[in-house]
Amino acid sequence: MDLDFTDTEAAFRKECRVWLEANVPKEPLPSGDTREGFAQHLAWEHQLFDAGWAAVSWPKKYGGREASLFEWLIFEEEYYRIGAPSRVTQNGIFLLAPTLFEFGTDEQKERTLRPMARGDVTWGQAWSEPNAGSDLASLKSTARRVDGGWRLSGQKTWSTRAAFCDMAYGLFRTDPDQTRHRGLTYFMFPLHTDGVTVRGVDRLDGDEGFAEIFLEDVFVPDSDIIGEVHQGWKVAMATTSSERGLSLRSPGRFMATATRLIDLYHRYRDRSDPVLRDQVIQAWMDAQAYRWFTFQTVTRMMQGESIGPDSSMNKVFWSEMDVRTHETALELIGESSELDVGCESAVDAGHWMKGFQFALAGPIYAGTNEIQRNIISERVLGLPRK
Amino acid sequence: MHFAFTDDQKMLRDTVREVLQRECAPDVVRAVWEGRPESATSVWDTLAETGVVGMTASEASGGMGMSELDLLLPLEEIGYAAFPGPIVDTVAVGIPLLEAAGTDEQKERWLGPAAAGEVRVAVAFEDQDIVADAGAADLLIAQRGGAGYCVPISDVSVTPEQSVDRARALGRVSFETSPQNRMRDDVDMHALFSLSQERAALATAAQLIGLCRRMLDMAVQYAKDREQFGKPIGAQQAVKHRLANALIEQEFARPLVYRAGWSMSTSARDADVAVSLAKIYAGQAARFVAKEALQVHGAIGYTIECDLHMWMKRAWALAAAHGDAAYHRERIGRHIL
Repeated sequence: MDLDFTDTEAAFRKECRVWLEANVPKEPLPSGDTREGFAQHLAWEHQLFDAGWAAVSWPKKYGGREASLFEWLIFEEEYYRIGAPSRVTQNGIFLLAPTLFEFGTDEQKERTLRPMARGDVTWGQAWSEPNAGSDLASLKSTARRVDGGWRLSGQKTWSTRAAFCDMAYGLFRTDPDQTRHRGLTYFMFPLHTDGVTVRGVDRLDGDEGFAEIFLEDVFVPDSDIIGEVHQGWKVAMATTSSERGLSLRSPGRFMATATRLIDLYHRYRDRSDPVLRDQVIQAWMDAQAYRWFTFQTVTRMMQGESIGPDSSMNKVFWSEMDVRTHETALELIGESSELDVGCESAVDAGHWMKGFQFALAGPIYAGTNEIQRNIISERVLGLPRK
Repeated sequence: MHFAFTDDQKMLRDTVREVLQRECAPDVVRAVWEGRPESATSVWDTLAETGVVGMTASEASGGMGMSELDLLLPLEEIGYAAFPGPIVDTVAVGIPLLEAAGTDEQKERWLGPAAAGEVRVAVAFEDQDIVADAGAADLLIAQRGGAGYCVPISDVSVTPEQSVDRARALGRVSFETSPQNRMRDDVDMHALFSLSQERAALATAAQLIGLCRRMLDMAVQYAKDREQFGKPIGAQQAVKHRLANALIEQEFARPLVYRAGWSMSTSARDADVAVSLAKIYAGQAARFVAKEALQVHGAIGYTIECDLHMWMKRAWALAAAHGDAAYHRERIGRHIL
């Protein structure tokens, strides 16, 4: 065991910090979940990519730095410490790309990875359907075999930022004679093409961060299938495991939130009480707990272990921690916590109320925490399914 | 950064696990509970044979010269078995104290035998007069008026006190300080006892992780075996989610304990904060897992016929020992706020 960072890791941290301090926009960008903000975030993504920071752990030929997982965590710590913009390329870089690295062909990787990481082609996920949420395997969208490819039909929903994205990925039933997990195929498909209608949906905070996608006989070539035909479930599960695991929410984000909460506490301690003070301490401690848990997990991964269902513990922990931390902030701010983004008197520009609303999504997306707890109890603890 | 134990550390854990599995079944703990402390004597002797009791003693004193970090996994197993006896006081605290501050004569008389498992040590910090396992110890090391004292238990008046955990053998201790039993004055005893308190808190946290694991194992097994409405109760989502929550509490406490062990063994600058985090999370996890395990067991868990109660009561005692959550949270608060 050696819990100090190596000289290489420390040098990497320094390099991240120097570049970020020189380049992160001084003024926060408007929300990346609005059309205007999305465009500004893309400009930032281009800048990140061109300097080699968009996907540090990727191979150099796709624009990465071949950084280790620990270096990636260090990058994230530095990225959120300084308050850099949220990553609108996330659904590509952190969810689709891991799947491509595991199941994609060389041609697919050549074609998609660099534009994805630069933000030239943006990606939304298309998992859920109106009647297939937690029970994803009950999805109804289909893909019909045609010459040279497939025709996709159906409806997807809760697609993050799909109203602004170029491409999406999701599961479609390719074998009508099979049910549930069998006979599904993993497709990449365009959002600006004949037969696709995208309707933005305003989220809880009012931003158009969600979309519904309607597909009617949308042509997709064979080359846009990831993995084998009919084997989409297996391919998709690899992605959900990285989504629940580290890649979606690394500790750096929550450490930064805890630091901002402590700053808020110092400004509002006059109206604090011992209970709130304890909650502030708890928020900091939880972020630490998540950080050390992650370092342990990453060591396991680097030793070649597969994390599998353990990633569900991760997801429950960070999502519920994030809600508690924001609740504490709102209690500290008190009466004026209702002042929203856009109100000049809002504390920290209304960032806490907005962050709170975003945090509330955490226990729902990437598989609800009820589903995660089922996974933990059945697949880690071995309790009977029925 | 590399956050994993070595193969040697895991081997030692496995050895301790096997010994305790074989020799320290719940009926041993129960016998101690029922007033037969001699039932656990042979377990102590076997642990001593494996070298665990002498782990922290220097090689010159017949030990293995191991660090706080090396101790954690064996202590976790000791918690898992709810092994009764002053193992923390002897191994994690007492032997290092003797080695650092015992006079030549005290070391000559006590250190080798302690490392060999022939002498059990209880430790009383300043202002602490109720001491765990005082009744089962051969030697008391105490801090009084800033100085250290090393007192044969025959020179200590020990009045038994009742703990909720009957196997803790609590005793109220008092003794006459004298130049003969006084430890060295030419070492910084304040610093040494502070360090000892950190060691005690860390070692307690490691035991609490073991207690969590055992209570969770019991509850999971019970949830698989116990049938109601024609199926195991563990198939019910409400039961599943309780146990999932218990596992999450346990698994997020664990790395904090290991990290604190590393921090102490490398004398890291923030070792005190690391220990406080470890103690808080391990204590809270143990209390939480105890509560969930009890609920999953239902009425049988609410009896002393079911083994669970011995683990719960150890958990309650240790969660409060060597700094409860409020104490350690305050230390962290001073550090970050």
